[in-house]
Amino acid sequence: MKRESQLSRQRKRAAWLFLTPMLAVLAAVALWPLLKTIYFGFTDASLDDLAGARWIGFRNFLEYVDYGDGTGEYYGLLADPTWWNAVRNTLFFTVVSVVFETILGMIVALVLNANFRGRGFMRAAILIPWAIPTIVSAKMWAWMMHDQFGILNDIGLSLGLISTPIAWTASADTAMAAVIIVDIWKTTPFMALLILAGLQMIPGDIYEAARIDGVNPIKVFWRVTLPLVRPALMVAVIFRGLDSMRIFDLIYVLTPNNAQTTSMSVYARQNLFEFDKFAYGSAASTLLFLTIAIITILYIWAGRVSFDGGR
Amino acid sequence: MKLRNALLAFTAGFALTAGQAAAADLAIVSGAVGDDLQTLRYQLDEFEKASGNKVSIVSMPPSTSDQFGQYKLWLAAENPDIDVYRTDVIWAPQLANQFVDLTEATKDVIGDHFPAIVESQTVNGKLVAMPYFTDAPALYYRTDLLEKYGKDVPTTWAELTATAQEIMDAEHGAGNTGLYGFVFQGSAYEGLTCDALEWVMSNGGGQIVEPDGSISINNPKAAEAIEMAKGWVGTIAPEGVLAYKEEDSRGVWQTGNAVFMRNWPYAYSLGNSADSAVKDKFDVSTLPVGPSGSRPASTLGGWNLAVSKYSAHPDEAIELVKFLASKDMQKYLALQSSRLPTIQSLYEDPDIMEKQPIIPRWKEVFLNAVPRPSAPTQKKYNEVSTEFWTAVHATLSGDGSAADNLKKLEAKLKRLKGSAW
Repeated sequence: MKRESQLSRQRKRAAWLFLTPMLAVLAAVALWPLLKTIYFGFTDASLDDLAGARWIGFRNFLEYVDYGDGTGEYYGLLADPTWWNAVRNTLFFTVVSVVFETILGMIVALVLNANFRGRGFMRAAILIPWAIPTIVSAKMWAWMMHDQFGILNDIGLSLGLISTPIAWTASADTAMAAVIIVDIWKTTPFMALLILAGLQMIPGDIYEAARIDGVNPIKVFWRVTLPLVRPALMVAVIFRGLDSMRIFDLIYVLTPNNAQTTSMSVYARQNLFEFDKFAYGSAASTLLFLTIAIITILYIWAGRVSFDGGR
Repeated sequence: MKLRNALLAFTAGFALTAGQAAAADLAIVSGAVGDDLQTLRYQLDEFEKASGNKVSIVSMPPSTSDQFGQYKLWLAAENPDIDVYRTDVIWAPQLANQFVDLTEATKDVIGDHFPAIVESQTVNGKLVAMPYFTDAPALYYRTDLLEKYGKDVPTTWAELTATAQEIMDAEHGAGNTGLYGFVFQGSAYEGLTCDALEWVMSNGGGQIVEPDGSISINNPKAAEAIEMAKGWVGTIAPEGVLAYKEEDSRGVWQTGNAVFMRNWPYAYSLGNSADSAVKDKFDVSTLPVGPSGSRPASTLGGWNLAVSKYSAHPDEAIELVKFLASKDMQKYLALQSSRLPTIQSLYEDPDIMEKQPIIPRWKEVFLNAVPRPSAPTQKKYNEVSTEFWTAVHATLSGDGSAADNLKKLEAKLKRLKGSAW
């Protein structure tokens, strides 16, 4: 008895010993900045004078200012239409881009899962958009979508699809569409790769059985492939969803300062560094963190996603 | 960064042994349009020869708003890697605490510069930055096209609109379908604030926030001016103008695809460069007047050099700033890139008068230029400017009328102002 518990104690000690360096690093690079940001959200900090920050409670989030003559107004993030516009933009962007990326990623993964010559080459080639740094691909697309020198307008004009050049990133109607198009182009390969990994886990004999029974391929997809790939798909969707909710670089390069595409991260950065409102920007970052956390928890709970492979 | 600098300094010190062991490694950060970085590099090479110090350039994205955000972050982090910052004329009040006071070090030369520019860089008696060059925009027009259609240089925005439309239609009929009437800076950034302030001010609509701090933007004349600009988008100006910064408009202009352009003087020497399609086919004039206005307005621009409080080599950095702002270097910049000097005597310099005739002509323009409301709004200027350009950009892109957007803007600015700026 005693020996066994000593062994298990020893093992626990060893486990903690091995874990400590990583926990320390995580605390230093993730937890500490997070707590600091949340703290600044409750102060009146300015970027010029971070040390002089004073605690002001929830005033950055919501505050009723009484003008003393019976009238008054709500101030703070929760009463700021620009913030809510950013929330709307972010959610719209997330839903639309993730839906398209999932469908296209699934199609690409099904193709890549089939046996054909040059499959290895295709798998590598399809990853190229994902491998290019976002800043580079955003700038590249910005030039391709340029209304005067852009190749997209050139192709459209010479094929007769459009009669005048479209100002993709400038026009209010197309700015969000432009951002979504580039994001889909960039991250579909990522989705395809994750789904492909899931597809390859499905045992081949199930398909063989279905073939012998003469089930048509569409039914095979809905009844066999989809249910079996679902756990991998759910994880892929949540990865993409979280990633696109904090979308920043693409929008910042492609359509900077454009009210139609301002995301929560862009809004937070603007307040943090461009305006003299460091505390307000911190509060926005905190809300962004909360929003993402809540949506993730809901998603895991509602979708019963399991991260340990299979349910 | 620190480590790399330390290594560099170590290696440099090792290589040079005795001789110039005291030489400092400086870094200057600068945004750029046109050939700014090439000319700056030339000037730094001269400085390196004269002083024995090494200077490297840290380059920045073209949007002044992006530059400001990055600088603010670096300064808040007390970054010692950057010694000298090239700063916009509007930044002095917002960054004053983070820069070295240059009053004492520059008292021998500061009297040569225009007092108004020095004044704009002085905050509570502290000289925050040394003037490097000044800026006031011009209306660029194609002499060949105006001549071909027998048109005069427009003095009102209405004339400009009519002339641009007429020439554009005629040229399109003749097969030159890539030609546009007018290009300006319509992207949602600080540049749009400059452009829109000119439309509003030249129409008698005030300057957003008046010098006394009162918010004046919500008035019919301002709305009329912005509606007028909205009428250009998609007619005489390409719809993409809503994403154009300085260099985008210059791209359209310099390839010969615009009749008129609003831009800063740097485009003058570039337009006359050997590979330019409009070489010797254009001239400049003052910006036009609005329908309800009486005189044209140009937004005051210009760039200055400031020394970071966190620099490891403040003395060498100040020396560098004084060198770059010196008469010889300003003259070089004027000749090379048609940048307007801040030293008064250079406007009578025979070389400049001969090679860059725009410069002596531009003295009056920038002396009467309208400052953006950075002085009255102080640290809140960026937010004021952002709200203003957002309202204008929304109007130009068809999201609400100018009157409605300006009414909302006024409410936002009032909230922002609170009891005082």
